[in-house]
Formats: sequence, C-alpha cells, structure tokens
Amino acid sequence: MSASAPAILVRDLHKSYGEFEAVRGIDFDVATGEVFGLLGPNGAGKTTTVEILEGYRSRTGGIVSVLGHDPGQRSRALRERVGIVLQSTGMYRHVTPREAVAHFARIYPRSRDVEEVISIVGLQEKADTYVRKLSGGQQRRLDLALALIGDPELIFLDEPTTGFDPAARRNAWEVIRSLQELGKTILLTTHYLDEAQALCDRVAIVKDGRIVAEGAPGELGEASTRYRVTWRSTDGESHAREVEDPTALLHQLTSAALARGEPLQDLSVTRPSLEDIYLELTAETPEEERARG
Amino acid sequence: MADAVAIAYRQWRLERRMFWRNPTAAFFSFVLPLLFLFLFGAIFSGDQKTLDIIVPGILGMSMMSTTFNALAMNITFLREEGVLKRIHGTPMPPSSYLAGVAANAVSNAAVQVVIVVIAGKVFFGLGWPKDWLELAVFAVAGVATLAALGVAFSHVIPNFDAAPAYTNIVFLPVIFISGVFYDVDKAPPFLRDVARILPLTHVIDGLSAAMVTGAGLTDHMGDLAVIVVWGLLGAFFAVRGFSWESRRG
Repeated sequence: MSASAPAILVRDLHKSYGEFEAVRGIDFDVATGEVFGLLGPNGAGKTTTVEILEGYRSRTGGIVSVLGHDPGQRSRALRERVGIVLQSTGMYRHVTPREAVAHFARIYPRSRDVEEVISIVGLQEKADTYVRKLSGGQQRRLDLALALIGDPELIFLDEPTTGFDPAARRNAWEVIRSLQELGKTILLTTHYLDEAQALCDRVAIVKDGRIVAEGAPGELGEASTRYRVTWRSTDGESHAREVEDPTALLHQLTSAALARGEPLQDLSVTRPSLEDIYLELTAETPEEERARG
Repeated sequence: MADAVAIAYRQWRLERRMFWRNPTAAFFSFVLPLLFLFLFGAIFSGDQKTLDIIVPGILGMSMMSTTFNALAMNITFLREEGVLKRIHGTPMPPSSYLAGVAANAVSNAAVQVVIVVIAGKVFFGLGWPKDWLELAVFAVAGVATLAALGVAFSHVIPNFDAAPAYTNIVFLPVIFISGVFYDVDKAPPFLRDVARILPLTHVIDGLSAAMVTGAGLTDHMGDLAVIVVWGLLGAFFAVRGFSWESRRG
C-alpha cells in the first residue's frame, strides 16, 4: 500500500434495515494521520457508518476500505492494527484496569507497555480498583486504554466524551491530540461542535444517512456565501441581519451613525460559525417534524 | 495455532480469577451440591439403595448447574453488557475465547467431582469409585456437552432479565426427569421415554456405573453415544448461532 493511499476510503456506502435506509450513499476519505469527525444528530447514520468500518455490521452496498482491508472480511490482521472505543461497552466487573489492560495486551502482536497506557489515560490511581467501582468517566478512560494497548494505527472513537465533566473532556482532548502527534489516524463521531472544532482536521456533517457538508471546521463557515452583521442601536436594542454582501449594509449603518454623531455600538461582521452551519444543515423541515410526531 | 491456544489459556486464567472474586458464583458451584447432599443424606440416612442413586444424581445436577446454567446466564450477561462486542473488536480468535470460557466451567465441574466423590466415600457409604476411567470419561463428556448446550441455549435467551426464568424452565424439569432424585427405571413410562432422550439421564447413568455399580464402560457405550450426539448438536449451535451483540441495541 502506498503512503498516499487513504487510511479509510468510503464510496457510495448504503445500509438498509428492512425498509429503513440508515445510510443512503456516503462517500469520504480519511488520510493517514488525519483526525476526521462525523458530526450529526442522533439517528443520522454516524454510528451505523462507523460500525460498518469497524467490521461489526455488514453493508448493503458500496465500497469500503480500512487500512487496505475490507472490514466486512473481519480479518485478524486488520483488527491487530485498529483500536475501537464504542459508545457503550461494558467490561468484566471483577477485574482491575491493570489486569484488563494486561489481558488485552496479550491479544495483540505488538502491544504497548501496560503501565504506560494506564498513565496516558490517567488511571494510575485507580489501576487496582475493580471495574465495577469505577465512575462512568473512569470506565471511559479504561475503554480508551483498552483501545490503545495494541498500539493501533487507526483509532475509532464513537462519542468519546459523552457524559464527561468539562475537566475530563479537556483531558480526553489532550490524549486525542497526543495520539495525533504520534501520527495515528482517528475517526471520531461526536455531537459536540466544540469538540469537532478543537480536534478535527476535517469534519463531515451527516443527516438522514447522507453527508450534507464536508471540510475543515473553519472552512465550512467560509464556504458559506452569507455574512451575519450585528449591532446595537442607540436605544440599546440588538439587531442582526444576514446578507450575501455586507458592503451596502455597512455603508448605510456607518453613514447613519456618522450623521447622528453617535458611535455604532457592538458592530460585528462574521461568517456563520460551524455551529450555525450545523444547525442550519441539520434542522428539521416542518414536514419532518410532523412525520416524527 | 499455538498463539490461539496461548490466548485461550490466558482467557481461562482470567475467568478463574474472576470466578473466585464473585462469591455468589463460588457458593452456587461448591456449597450448593454439598447442601443437597447433606439434606438428602439426612433424609435417607441408612437407606443405602436410595443414597446410591442420589449421590451420582446430585453430581450430575451440580455439573449441569455449573456448566449449562452458568454459561447460559454468563454469556447472556456479557452480551447485554457489551463485553462480548468489545472482545469481538479485538484480534481475539473466537475459538480461543469460547475455549477459555468453557474450560472455566469444566474446571468448576472437576472440583465438584472431587467434592462429591470424597463426600460419597466419607459420609454416604459409597466407597471409592469402582472405575476411575469411566468416571473421568463420563465427567468430561457430560461437562463438555452441557457446556456446549449452555452456550447454545444463551442464544435463545432474549435478555438478562429473562435469563434466570429461561434457564430454570429447562434446568428444573430436566433434573427431575433425568432421575437426580429417583431411579428413572421406576418412573411412569412416558417420563421414562422423555428421560431416555435427555443427555443428563445418560450422564448420571454413567456416573452411577462408575461410582456405584461398577458396570464398565463397554456396558455404557449407548449412554456415551447419546451424550456425544447432544454434545455435537450443542457445539454446532453454540458456534453457528453465536451472537456477540445484544439484539436490543
């Protein structure tokens, strides 16, 4: 496999459950060493897509390649190079994190040092506590440790910080950044936009089984043709207007303020943020809302 | 291959460690058969003919409890909790995993055999087993078959809340019909016919021959054949239907 081949390649991926089409033709590539985020509301098809790439689900149609393998074949060689953090997975209750990590280390041909992995995820102080006595956040750290022990090239993180407090999230972000610095490829799903913005080189927004936008988190906003202009009038009232070209509006506002001899308060001209784009793209149309009841 | 065996061994070691850390499981495996033995021993004290039937019967029942019941419940629990799904995402060979888990059940059954044989000799007037080889053959065949059937049965159980009910609705009739507490030959004909089909009846027959009557292996090849057929069926469905994920999700 050449160095330029993508770590993950997805072409026209389809997945149906009976009548229901969960994934309706998804295409994307993840380059080696890239952090790629799948964003979208619950039920958009993110987890189905990721679980097809992880080898848990079969696909109905399309082409999928993960590190040069078809994950549907479930080859052991592929699983030795991949680490998976699922959204909700349990662990044996009567083992300690140290034992669990050591046990998983033996399954992989080139595993990392057990103590090192425990300290990367920050579980040193709980390394000898039974799993059933760990908090939810500590169990998530163990999930990450178990995904890292095999020294994977590619790591799947399905909503890695859901349920974390802000400090724990920052720590998790640091760990993910350090993995990126080591040259790991990461595919993560999240519905936190700040998380996508903080971690991802590129994101794809998924809605109803399709990708509706794709690009670097900062560029998704730039691609928009609209500007948002906000200001405050002298009576203290806030105004906001969205325009394709702000030149005329700005000229109007500034000349009016000059004529009155008053400052123009809190003027700002912004591109839509990732959040604006996201909310706009994933908003339900009135028909959809009615259908959902 | 050597690698897969080494991983199965590691899995077995982990299962053993977890078993001893869970006092309820340990209690059910080892104290329950003793409790049954002493209760029946007290009831039929001095009635050697009945004791000769009940001691091998209780061994058969205990073996079923630690293999069939324990595996059906545990696999269901691990599947619901997502532990199986996690394991399925690693390079762990499925055969290594199942071998490690089954070997754990077999280890418990081996301890039970020792406990019941010693209790039979010391407290219930059975003497030492007449045919050790036959005892070993029926213990191994019985445990392996019941373990495979337990894994296969876990596929039928929809979720963990239902697991005790599903398991007991099989376990309780089977131990009664298979003659744990009485001599099957004295049962009404229709029950005797059902008993002839069930594997536990033949496990108990074999254990009884080895421990009490001394009728050799050659006289019990029919029993062994029925156990092996059940074992092959169990292994087929255990592997074929094995589901790593909860159907609820």
